[in-house]
Amino acid sequence: MTTAALPTLVALDIPNPPLAQRFQRGLADVGALTRRELLIWFRNPAFIFFTLIQPVMFVLLFRYVFGGAIPVNIRGGYVNFLMPGIIAQSAAFASFGTAISLARQLQKGVIDRFRAMPMARSAVLLGRLVADTLRVILTVVLILAVGYGVGFRFSNGVGPAILMCILSVLFGVAICTISGFVGLAIKDEESVGSFGLVWLFPLTFVSSAFVPVASMPGWLQAFAKNQPVTIVIDELRSLALGGPLVLHAWQSALWLAGIMAVFVPLAVRAYRQAG
Amino acid sequence: MTSPEWTGPAIFVEDVHKSFGEVQALRGIDLVVERGKVLGLLGPNGAGKTTAVKILTTLLRPDRGRALVEGRDVVRSPAAVREIIGLAGQAAAIQEELTGRENLDIMGRLYHLDEATRKRRTAELLERFDLSDAADRPTKGYSGGMQRRLDLALSLVAQPQVLFLDEPTTGLDPRSRLGMWDVIRELVSTGTSLLLTTQYLDEADELADEIVVIDHGQVIAAGTSQELKNRIGGDILEFAVVERERLGEAAEAVGTLSEADPVLDAETGRLSLRVGDGGSYALVETVRRLDHLGVRTEGLGVRRPSLDDVFLALTGHGAEEQETSPAHHRRATRSH
Repeated sequence: MTTAALPTLVALDIPNPPLAQRFQRGLADVGALTRRELLIWFRNPAFIFFTLIQPVMFVLLFRYVFGGAIPVNIRGGYVNFLMPGIIAQSAAFASFGTAISLARQLQKGVIDRFRAMPMARSAVLLGRLVADTLRVILTVVLILAVGYGVGFRFSNGVGPAILMCILSVLFGVAICTISGFVGLAIKDEESVGSFGLVWLFPLTFVSSAFVPVASMPGWLQAFAKNQPVTIVIDELRSLALGGPLVLHAWQSALWLAGIMAVFVPLAVRAYRQAG
Repeated sequence: MTSPEWTGPAIFVEDVHKSFGEVQALRGIDLVVERGKVLGLLGPNGAGKTTAVKILTTLLRPDRGRALVEGRDVVRSPAAVREIIGLAGQAAAIQEELTGRENLDIMGRLYHLDEATRKRRTAELLERFDLSDAADRPTKGYSGGMQRRLDLALSLVAQPQVLFLDEPTTGLDPRSRLGMWDVIRELVSTGTSLLLTTQYLDEADELADEIVVIDHGQVIAAGTSQELKNRIGGDILEFAVVERERLGEAAEAVGTLSEADPVLDAETGRLSLRVGDGGSYALVETVRRLDHLGVRTEGLGVRRPSLDDVFLALTGHGAEEQETSPAHHRRATRSH
């Protein structure tokens, strides 16, 4: 096979489709991939467990087993203290699915296959993000329902209650971007499953989620008081039950914006380089 | 989407280089696949087959050189390339939680087909790849052969003009492999241009119109299966000695029958020797000399060369030699 025998081949010049058409197709791609992720999630017992069953177990455990031993100075008692914390913790743990499933898809080569198809490159990550947001919303709604069943009550009006739900979803989505980056960076489903997400434990447990920070030893308080999970949870509590809003509100917003500003580009970069 | 204005070959690759750090995966390869033809890209693990496919499917950018798919440059118009290609291989695109039908439906959505077209295409492909009965079961439970067939079906949802199959039967049991061959043959008869990578010589022999052999990132031979076999020139004499330790003795006895060196496999006691067009004479002589020495043989005969022989002659090592599976490990050594 000699190329010398062939006439010089001039490549076709094919213009890109108009922007409006690309945008419309991009939206359709995100829709299709969101649908795909949600279908996968519904069929996967492990993901269902992490996002739906485990949070309910936590609610019941802390409400009825540990709760009695944890004194809190709050109207309505421990259940009211607990719920905002457990909502944030569950929203964060829901990101397990994000990391594991991204790593798996990368490892299997699904993502390579997508990249060889005529779809927007951003669609894979965007589809994930939309699916994850829907997942986190479902988790939050479920926990609130269970919470109401075991005695939790909003006591600060409807508006702040809705804001609390929105903030907890945003928090969950922000954590999902970190997990997404971890999944794409480690690229190995088993490693992600076994140690890729250990950072979630100190972050959620060494916070004001389950116990008042003041009950921790001094050296630990320094971390617990100032880390983002505590700040967000304190804001969730203020929104649900009433309390000082302003300080925690802008701190929370800043943290969430900061997390996204760092991890969205990191995840996109890891996605581009992977494969 | 068609491109009637293009009259050149379906795939055209010119002097493509690709390195990963220090490793030179491709060191200037040329390929041409005419429309409607099948090119078998043959080589051992790590020869550069997958890198070539990744470049042609826009997953990697070449460091140097040019690659056109239906006249579309993979670097300058990757989006246009993606519109007209299909990629399948080791069942990578399948999502195991989803059913076969759902997998196909989502692929159809990603190719922007409307609902009616998706339904029709999905039913058609399930039928054609013999998956209708399993269509509504999660693909987790599919056999290896069924997964490969579904994977191939997924790559055909948008009726690509050029199809890339990356090692479509690697790891399959022999029966599923034959089934896969049938499916691929039928596909090719409908006029799709196909580039197929494989490390199996019989697969390339069976499916490809033309074969390109690559090793260490370079094309080392190209032509039809017949042309490659002719390059070896003539017949191959082959036998195994019953007492393995007498292999050297046998090699010495028949060595003078040919200018080529006998190829020995100490493990199996097998010897093969290229004997040109003097097959009958070599056979008679071998029987006489070995009988004289009292060396007992099994499976003595003269045969036409296989692609395995071609590979051995071209590279000095067997085609499947570098496979990791110990079952495939073979030690072909040359005597001097």
